[in-house]
Amino acid sequence: MSIEIKTDSVEPIRQTYSHIARRFGEKPATRYQEASYDLEAKVNFHYRPQWDSRYELNDERRTAIRMEDWYVVSDPRQFYYGAYVGNRAKMQEAAETSYSFCDKRNLLARLPEETQTQILRLMVPLRHVELGANMNNSKIAGDATATTVSQMHIYQAMDRLGIGQYLSRIALMVDGTTGKALDESKGYWMDDELWQPMRKLVEDSLVVDDWFELTLLQNVLLDGLMYPLVYHRMDAWFAEQGAEDISMLTEFMRDWQKESLRWINAMMKAVAGESDANRDLLQQWIDHWEPRAYDALKPIAEASTGLDALDEVRAELNTRLKKFGLQSTGVSA
Amino acid sequence: MSQQLVFIVFQDNDNARYLADAIMADNPHAEMQHQPAMIRIQADKRLVINRETMEEELGRDWDVQEMLIDVISIGGNVDEDDDHFILEWK
Repeated sequence: MSIEIKTDSVEPIRQTYSHIARRFGEKPATRYQEASYDLEAKVNFHYRPQWDSRYELNDERRTAIRMEDWYVVSDPRQFYYGAYVGNRAKMQEAAETSYSFCDKRNLLARLPEETQTQILRLMVPLRHVELGANMNNSKIAGDATATTVSQMHIYQAMDRLGIGQYLSRIALMVDGTTGKALDESKGYWMDDELWQPMRKLVEDSLVVDDWFELTLLQNVLLDGLMYPLVYHRMDAWFAEQGAEDISMLTEFMRDWQKESLRWINAMMKAVAGESDANRDLLQQWIDHWEPRAYDALKPIAEASTGLDALDEVRAELNTRLKKFGLQSTGVSA
Repeated sequence: MSQQLVFIVFQDNDNARYLADAIMADNPHAEMQHQPAMIRIQADKRLVINRETMEEELGRDWDVQEMLIDVISIGGNVDEDDDHFILEWK
């Protein structure tokens, strides 16, 4: 007697949800697609929200930017909640190792007092900027319509809160966890002339109404100048003074910024490439905000790396903007 | 003489779908077969898996060795380094 072994395959009735199949075709979808596309309610709203009755819920008119379909803006990292949390847990583990090493060896407390003061005056006050960035990105996540866009911004918001906490921990390492250094650094933020233009810019950004204008200001312009200036140029400047140890504690910020550039660039490319009207509007906003971001960082650059470093960073930002058919006004050619 | 087929078989899961897409993008001459719970990709003589293409598909850094988690079987001589994984008959 012979036994014949044969395989039988059962075709599933559906490969994925209908709304995902309508967009990508009837085939197995990625988790990112299933967790990100066409999730928000679009029709049949009964009441306008009391907090802003000019618009419906999930109303695309909350920004002046017009997109045929906002879902063309998607995350090249393909972060949905699970992937995002897993990735950040890994990054945080690496950062924790550096922080506990620094703490155990007491590396920051051993620095000369003058260098410690500079860290508290020039770097730690940025935690207030980070909190502003957290609030701005949260607002954007609330106002943006497509889930791909809002989820990128809410992850960005959480990241900024984390970065703010890392900066606070640097201060706590300097003062031996008494909190004195945090008070001192907040004093610089509130009263030092050096920080007032930045403080004004952050406060002004909190009341920007158009959410895409806000993401342009926060994530493209301000961060595009601030992160390279502080975490690359100023980092090198600290190293020259023998404070290389601080680099261990800011490595997270460098890794994070490199990664977040990818989705920000992808978003800008999609939105600026959609229409000339979008590009003109973006250019108007850049003309308005880019010089303000530059001016806000000017005193900080002058007190540390020198203005040349900020100008170089500005030229780099301009090169980035050019890829989207935009430019910053401060840079000639 | 008949064709000399190289092949690679993956488990049909969320990871391997990215791999299958990357392989099909790099090897237009390849043929993909969906079998119960597996994806088999075969091609005449040569199949290339590039790290760069895979990283683009995935949106993150990718180590060629990560692939092995999802591999069920391969046929062909293997040439592997940090940037690619090549199957061919020599």
